[in-house]
Amino acid sequence: MTVSLNDLVFVAMALVIVVAATGVVMLKNIVHSALSLILAFVGVAGIYFQLSAGFIGLVQIMVYAGAISVLIIFAIMLVMDKSVEKTNLFSPNIIRLLAGMGLTFLLFVTLGVSIWFTKFPVVPAEGPVDAVGMLANLFMGDYVIAFETAAILLLVAVIGAIILAKGAEDKQ
Amino acid sequence: MEHLFINIADAFTGWLMNLGLSPWWADLALLVVQWICIVTIVTANITVLIWLERKVSGFFQERLGPNRLGPFGCFQTIADAIKLLTKEDIIPSAADKLVFRTAPIFFIIVSVMLYVVLPMGDGMQIVDLDVGLFFFISVGSLSTICLLMAGWGSNNKWSLIGAMRAVAQMISYEVPLALSLIGVVMIAGSLRLSNIVAAQGNIWFIVLQPIAFITYFIAATAELNRGPFDMPEAEQELTGGAYTEYTGMRWALFFLAEYTNLVAVSALMATVFLGGWQGPWLPSWLWIIVKTYVIMMVFFWLKWTFPRIRMDQLMSFSWKFLIPVSLANIFLTGAGIHFFKWMGW
Amino acid sequence: MIGLTHYLLLGTVVFCIGLFGVLSKRNAIAVLMSVELMLNAVNINFVAINKFITPNDVTGQLFSIFVIVVAAAEVAVGLALIISIYRHRKSVDLNDFNLLKW
Repeated sequence: MTVSLNDLVFVAMALVIVVAATGVVMLKNIVHSALSLILAFVGVAGIYFQLSAGFIGLVQIMVYAGAISVLIIFAIMLVMDKSVEKTNLFSPNIIRLLAGMGLTFLLFVTLGVSIWFTKFPVVPAEGPVDAVGMLANLFMGDYVIAFETAAILLLVAVIGAIILAKGAEDKQ
Repeated sequence: MEHLFINIADAFTGWLMNLGLSPWWADLALLVVQWICIVTIVTANITVLIWLERKVSGFFQERLGPNRLGPFGCFQTIADAIKLLTKEDIIPSAADKLVFRTAPIFFIIVSVMLYVVLPMGDGMQIVDLDVGLFFFISVGSLSTICLLMAGWGSNNKWSLIGAMRAVAQMISYEVPLALSLIGVVMIAGSLRLSNIVAAQGNIWFIVLQPIAFITYFIAATAELNRGPFDMPEAEQELTGGAYTEYTGMRWALFFLAEYTNLVAVSALMATVFLGGWQGPWLPSWLWIIVKTYVIMMVFFWLKWTFPRIRMDQLMSFSWKFLIPVSLANIFLTGAGIHFFKWMGW
Repeated sequence: MIGLTHYLLLGTVVFCIGLFGVLSKRNAIAVLMSVELMLNAVNINFVAINKFITPNDVTGQLFSIFVIVVAAAEVAVGLALIISIYRHRKSVDLNDFNLLKW
């Protein structure tokens, strides 16, 4: 079994993602948690590059690591009122913690076993050369309604976020 | 002369393969050499720029600038570097040490990563990505996090406010930055930088897309926290903004990263708007240097001529003026392309 | 050697870590961050299946772009909601949002 460079890159990226994701959930300082989330996003972008989906990888970096992360860190700074070390603790309710752990473990076992023992119809072929062009054709062709709906959704989200964050004003 | 660097690279890989290495290891060795070249280019440019900015700003302000160290003060950079290296490295005791230390490192990593797709000559880019232009914009948007890390890690109110202002400015101007380049992509039909340069064989895109050029220029000035948009880091405001608590070489790393970013953005503008490495007599890698420095001189000119723009004026200028102008540019470009096709030109 | 199974298992692991974060964290913003992890895991699945099962088609990548768009909109509105709640309750601890409890 030859181990190619692609496989090593996958293992490296997967390690980065899993460690960063564990950091998001386990770290007690919420700002460190947010920075760990950014690392996870960059790791996922690495996986996309390794899967020859360069355009999606760059969209991931631009949207997630460049904009959503900034939004999350701004929100953290706006709502912080006590010392930062204890801002991201686990719930004190032991039953809730145990139930959460149990449910997660159950889901992981179910999904993991079903994935491991499924024979997927893998087609060994190289991806399309002009993925960006094909994506553009799909966006403006078969999926144009979904595209326009996504645009309206973003508009509504922008207006809604501004109104919610500004707060209601008393009409004098 | 034209293919000097390509010949050197081919000779190098040929020599390595003659020594018995497989082509894979020869390519890896070439990649390491290219990386060393990028670091050398970045360092050389920064060395020249630090001196050039002070001289040029001096001439704009009718004074001489540095003129004591060496002819025309050209060893000023070495003196500055020695001074900064020997300064005491102060880290505030209540600062978040990991975040404080890694912020300048990530900033310079992101700025150097931009050089991977830039064509420094005919066929002389490190990787000719088929989404090269988009790579440049995406990786450029990562530098906002580094500023937030710097402001947060300093555990200082003014650093935090300065960082938040800088980040708000940078994300506001990312939208016209990306939108203004879409007109160019529509005409060239590709995101690959070598295709964009080839599409300018007859006429440069600065002539076909003047609005896009001006919009990109203004947005890039704001992205680099330079020129009339440098409120977040000006000394008269907020005592230095996000960089207040940084001393010595860490502080210098931030400014090195900003200069690196400046050179990369200027080189991109030369590639996308001024025809890249194409030109009559000089070899291609010399043309791109000339064009990059012309654009950098315009950046310097803007910085030392205009007064600083206030934060709210800055933000409203981006959201209320530049974004509608970029969208209008996209619409006009689309209409123009259809009109040309309909006329049969 | 690394096949589709490994990518889907990576997606599952990240999804489960995110799920644990959603179920057990106290801070509302931490719950949002864990939801983002879950969305990223789903995206990994989309793109991996696209590459291995239908490599000549880019529909998987298209849907992952839609997931990214929806995630961006959701994070914006979610954070605006949290900031708005913070104004009234002066806290982002989920145990303090208990007005509807009887």
